[in-house]
Amino acid sequence: MRSPWCLASFASLLLLSIPKIAWAAETPEVDSGITAWMLTSTALVLLMIPGLALFYGGLVRTKNVLGTMMHSFGAMAVIGVLWVVCGYALSFGPSVLGGWIGWSNDLLFLKGIDDTIMDAGIPEYVFAMFQGKFAIITPALIAGAFAERVRFRGYCVFIALWSVLVYAPLCHWVWAEDGFLFNMGANGAIDFAGGTVVHISAGIAALAVISVIGSRRGYPKTAMSPNNNVLTLLGAGLLWVGWFGFNAGSSVSSGLDTARALTVTQVAAASGALAWIVIEGIKHHKATSLGIASGILAGLVAITPAAGVVQPCGAIALGLGASLICYLAIGLKNKLGYDDSLDVFGIHGVAGIFGAIFLTFFIRPSWMEEARELAGGSWTVMNQLGVQATAVAITIAYTAIVTLILTLLVEKTVGFRASQRDEITGLDGSLHGEQGYGLLNLN
Amino acid sequence: MKLLTIIIQPDKLDEVRQSLFDAGITRITVNRCTGHGRQENEELYRGQAVTPNLIPKVKLDIACNDEFVDIAIAAVLSSAKHNGGKIGDGKIFVTPLEKCIRIRTGESGGAAI
Repeated sequence: MRSPWCLASFASLLLLSIPKIAWAAETPEVDSGITAWMLTSTALVLLMIPGLALFYGGLVRTKNVLGTMMHSFGAMAVIGVLWVVCGYALSFGPSVLGGWIGWSNDLLFLKGIDDTIMDAGIPEYVFAMFQGKFAIITPALIAGAFAERVRFRGYCVFIALWSVLVYAPLCHWVWAEDGFLFNMGANGAIDFAGGTVVHISAGIAALAVISVIGSRRGYPKTAMSPNNNVLTLLGAGLLWVGWFGFNAGSSVSSGLDTARALTVTQVAAASGALAWIVIEGIKHHKATSLGIASGILAGLVAITPAAGVVQPCGAIALGLGASLICYLAIGLKNKLGYDDSLDVFGIHGVAGIFGAIFLTFFIRPSWMEEARELAGGSWTVMNQLGVQATAVAITIAYTAIVTLILTLLVEKTVGFRASQRDEITGLDGSLHGEQGYGLLNLN
Repeated sequence: MKLLTIIIQPDKLDEVRQSLFDAGITRITVNRCTGHGRQENEELYRGQAVTPNLIPKVKLDIACNDEFVDIAIAAVLSSAKHNGGKIGDGKIFVTPLEKCIRIRTGESGGAAI
């Protein structure tokens, strides 16, 4: 709704001190219900990052537990600042450089959104902070692949560069309203809460980094057992809880879509967990705690892109399928012998790709109907499958190439791989000057 | 038969184990322990340098036949030093060992080690 020019100029005279003219008729009202849920979701997604720290921290050896948890907390510090300075502008500003990335001087330091209420009925601050948590968790996820063998300084530089040059463009393409993947096909490439942006990108980046910095010393001959599966289970539980914010919050509403996303998230996590322990039961006659944690994550990752479009039946199928394919992928990794230490590619990469592709077969009929109307007559499952596959392929190719270059750059300048001495001693003592457990637990 | 009690710094455990392993000594017992030596270990705790009263160490117990004593000592000396030797690197105690019995078979003496 446009107000008459004379009224607008009159208003601007009245409101000279406010940079953006907030004309009553144009400004959506704050919807307190939606805002309350989005604030909650923002906190829930932040909770996933300490959850991830516990999950990863429990899986490494005693001497590296703090170093590994510091990767997650370091991301909260580095990306937490970087996102406000320029990350949000790069991701959600209007397209520049041919749509490669977004930019708006107004969004630098978030200074232009001080008064902005979005059409969804929430202050833009809430949206910016909600999205910021996704930007934090993505590089923190990658850290599992190169656990126990990188320098903290190199890691901090790497995630800052990666966030700007890989995360921001992907986020812009998929979620910004003028991103090219957002508008691909009839009704866009479906990535509800970050299958491509978060999980596939993290999984592929994980492979790219370890192809440069190599395996842990002694891998795969030396046993590298988890120091504390209790922490890992606690972390998996927090991730499951936080994922409700991650997926249901991504509807940016508080209503039917939110309820649908929350339901399928719960269902897929449970079916992933169930599938994994059944597989283990059949293969090894024992269900392991690490297995159930892996199954939970595989199910959650697979439902992430699909949470807006599938129904509970589809969610069960995606959870089951994700656990099966991730289980096979990790078996294959052990045969191939590359050191993706905490299976970032094996879980996030594989289940992310699986979910983004196979969600196509479980889309609810009303969504396809809408797509058919938007396409002007015909839009089939195979059409959408093509769009999904293209989005996945673009994400993989872009992430792999840029991450490889960034890793080499960081390795040659500040140094990424820890020295052999620091690695033998353990990162906790050598890089952080602390011990995780005082006098307990040798390994 | 002798009992070697070896006290080292915790961060050297992996290197010492590897070195003993390379020298053919694979049967060891490892404990965490704390103690006083001449070392004054300064640690940073919330930005303040503090000297803890008791310093964490690792203790290895190795029971061996006489011909292995010097080999084991050489292996530890070659691997447990920080930068060629620093205060706090640890000690090796050698004590005579009266008897050794393998529980599974009941055999005793040098063959049971």
